[in-house]
This record gives sequence, C-alpha cells and structure tokens, in this order.
Amino acid sequence: MVHFLSATSARSRPHRAGAASAVAVLLAGCSGPQSSLDPAGAGAREIADLFWWMAGGTVVVWVAVAWLTYSAVRGRVAEQTARQARYYIIGGGALFPTVVLTALLLHGFRILPPLLAPAPPGSLRIAVSGEQWWWRVQYQPDGEEPVELANEIRLPVGEPVEFILDAPDVIHSFWIPSLGGKMDMIPGRTTRLTLQATRTGTFRGVCAEYCGESHALMAFPVVVMAKAEFSAWLAAQRAPAQAPADPLAERGRAAFLQNGCAACHAVRGTEARGRIGPDLTHVGGRMTLGAGVLTNNRAALVRWLAHTDRVKPGVLMPHFGMLPAAELDAVAAYLESLR
Amino acid sequence: MKTSAAPRLPERHESLWRLIVSPTVWAVHFMLSYITAAVWCAKYVPRSGTLEPVRWLIAGYTLVALGAIAWNGWDGYRRHRHGASELPHDADTPGDRHRFLGFATFLLALLSAVAVAFAALAVLYFHDCR
Ligand code: HEC
Ligand SMILES: [Cu+2]
Repeated sequence: MVHFLSATSARSRPHRAGAASAVAVLLAGCSGPQSSLDPAGAGAREIADLFWWMAGGTVVVWVAVAWLTYSAVRGRVAEQTARQARYYIIGGGALFPTVVLTALLLHGFRILPPLLAPAPPGSLRIAVSGEQWWWRVQYQPDGEEPVELANEIRLPVGEPVEFILDAPDVIHSFWIPSLGGKMDMIPGRTTRLTLQATRTGTFRGVCAEYCGESHALMAFPVVVMAKAEFSAWLAAQRAPAQAPADPLAERGRAAFLQNGCAACHAVRGTEARGRIGPDLTHVGGRMTLGAGVLTNNRAALVRWLAHTDRVKPGVLMPHFGMLPAAELDAVAAYLESLR
Repeated sequence: MKTSAAPRLPERHESLWRLIVSPTVWAVHFMLSYITAAVWCAKYVPRSGTLEPVRWLIAGYTLVALGAIAWNGWDGYRRHRHGASELPHDADTPGDRHRFLGFATFLLALLSAVAVAFAALAVLYFHDCR
C-alpha cells in the first residue's frame, strides 16, 4: 500500500517504551493525511472543534457520574433528606442533561448552514461522480471549458470550491476528512458540498458509504496547492496527451489501441474515447493507480494490467495477464509517459 | 375533596390513554414538521428555495402541540395532587393508581414539551431548503 495512505504515520515521533509508545500510537490517529482531528479545511475545523468540546464534556460528565456512583456505594455521605435526594434526581437527571443537549443542539444548528452554503458565484466547481470503484472528476472553472480527469483531486488553497456530486450506479459518499464533512452521492440526484482548504498539503479522500466488493479500495489523493501552481497544473491537465517520445512508449500506444483499452478509456488527443473507465490522458502524472490503491510507477502499472482483479476484487476492468510481458511493459511505459 | 375514597375518583376505571397523549403529540408534531418541509422543498421550490412558509407553519404546529401538551400535563399534575398522598404513589389502591398515572402523565408531558421544542428550534436556524 502507498505510504501516504497509511493512517498511522508515526514516523519522526520520539520512540520510548511502554506507555509513551502506546500514547504515540493513539495520537498517530489524530494527525496524518486522513484525520478529521488535524483539520486543513474550514469545515473540518468546525467539526474538530465540536469533537473536542464534546470529548471534553463527555470526560467531565463521566468523571462526575463515576464519582457519584462511587460515593453512593462506598462513600460516607451524610444522610440525605428526601428533599435533597430529589434535587439530585431532578437536577442531575433532568435539568442538567436538558441544558447540555440544548447547548449541543444549538451549536450544531449554528454550524450547519455555513457548512452547507454554496460557494460564491464564480468559484471553481468540481463535478465528481462516484463509480464502482473509482472517481470521475470534472473541473469546471468559471467561464472555461471543463477538464475531465479521474481518481485525484487538486484544489487551490484558501478558495471555496463547490463539489457537485452524483453517482451512476449505487450510493457512494464523498469524504475528505482533513477538509470537511462528507456528502452522499446518490443515483438520480445531485448533492453539493463546499470545501475550503486552509493549508497546502497532500491528503486522502475516501468513499464513506459501502458500495460493493471493493468499497474499501475506493480512495483518492487530494493535493492542496498554491493558487498559481494550481492554475498551471490545471492548464497542463487541459492539454491533450503528449505523443510518445521513445520507441517503447510508441509500441505501448499501438498495443493500447490494439487491445481494446480505448473501448473503455479516453486519452484525449488520440482516437481513444471510451467513457466506461477513468480518463487516462494524464494518468502518468497521478500519484496513485486504481483509485488510491497502488503508488503510481511502471511496476505498479504492469501489476494493475496483469492482475487487475487481484489488486481490486470485483473490478469492472478485465485483466490483461494474457498479454506477453514485453507488451504489458510497453503499455505501462506509454501510460507512464502520459503526464 | 380531601379524602381519597375510591368511588369519588373522577373516573371508575383508571385509563392508560391519557398517559400517551403527550408523546403522541410529540410524534405527530415531528412527523408533520418533517413532512411539511420535505414536501415543500420537493414540490414547490428549487433546491436552494426559501423555507419561510414552512417555518411559519412549523411555528404554528409547535404552538398547538405545546398547548395540547400543557393541557395534558396539567391534567396529569392535578391527578398527581389528588387527595393527600406523598410520592411515590406506590400503594395498591385506586387512589394511588390514579395519582401515579397522573404523575407519569405529567413527567411525560415535560419530556414531550422539551422534545417538541428541540424539533422546532431547527426553524430558527434554517432558512432555505439546503
Ligand atoms: C471493460 C472496460 C475496460 C477495458 C477494456 C479496460 N479498462 Fe482500464 N479501467 C476500467 C475501469 C472500470 C477502471 C477503474 C477500475 C477501478 O479503479 O475500480 C479502469 C482503470 C484503469 C487504470 C487505472 C486508472 C487510474 O486512474 O488509476 C488504468 C491505468 C487502466 N485502466 C488501463 C487500461 C489499459 C491499458 C487497458 C487495455 C489494456 C484497459 N485499461 C482496458 C475499464 C476498462
Ligand atoms: Cu464505497
């Protein structure tokens, strides 16, 4: 698995024995590329704050109840009059929970509308379609032609971006924990989610609604970039595929077209215009393959082509393990050159 | 009426029905609020459309519901105070059954009132169908 995908990235943490490392293991869950508790977005910030308030409050209530239980069983509390006992029951059992729940409810209501508000007009829109088991991604910058890509999302830092979400097959859910809340992708409906990244970095998004066999293998890298860098990147992604520069990649392109890949995949600028699978125009520039499953390199490309169904059980792409190794290598070289 | 002799109770057979009035009002209020908002947003306005009429309707439902619950709660409270007896009303007598059911009705009314208020609070914060 890809290293940036691992949630327990405890690298660079001081290593001590016993309790210290146990704490480190626990804390490792609090940071990393896929943690709601290490927010890199406006929505995630609100959610993390809410979590900490609730966690803190829970601890206080838990300690109080534990103490009450202890003193009821063990303690030498002075005899209580019926009246005092009633105060305990009404105050602790009814009033206090009502006040706490009301406060939580009001706070939740308060933070919801901004989380659901649309991005201001003129913002970047990204249409994402959840497919079994990958992501079709279409960038729709204001006033420009859309750019179709897949399985990776890049965002300009600091800008609200509106995601327009749907699904052609079953329900999926779009979630980038570091940036904000999640939103279901429902066949026949369009849902929306606005995210605003607050710092640059590489994060991980996932499908958060069970959608079939390889649901757990349906993720995507998220790269938050400086605005200028993002614009340059998008301009490069808009360009059609580069022509192969060396003979191996050239043979790979021929094999790609011969073996029917084009029935399912598009490579802009070539006759490959399939729409069933991910757009491969710039697949060589993606960080991962197969929706976050393999780190993208030549060997991984070969592995994906030869053992598609083993890398991703139930995958809707046939494997090409029957092709000669040299041909697979050439196709991989071609795909790798598509940056 | 200071004694709690059985024949003088307002009803001959203690009924359980009045116990569930408040929770039922709560359930109906919840369903109605939910359905009104869902139908309004699905049929009458676009996805980001205003919720204004629904907010007023829900405010109306809430007043009616709280009124019904107050009435039912007051009725329970009166039965709880019937005659001279202390909580927890657990003697095996018609009088205590009467008081016990009244008290339970009263408590359920309080709970239902809080629940109705919780549901209604949402309209203070949500102004459109998103
Ligand atoms: C029947 C349709 C179909 C055919 C034919 C097909 N693919 Fe695919 N391909 C898919 C689908 C669907 C996916 C997405 C799988 C997933 O991640 O769940 C995919 C994914 C891929 C990916 C990963 C893309 C990414 O963004 O990570 C590569 C690379 C790829 N295919 C290359 C090929 C090559 C090369 C061929 C021909 C040798 C080929 N495919 C033939 C349907 C097809
Ligand atoms: Cu899924």
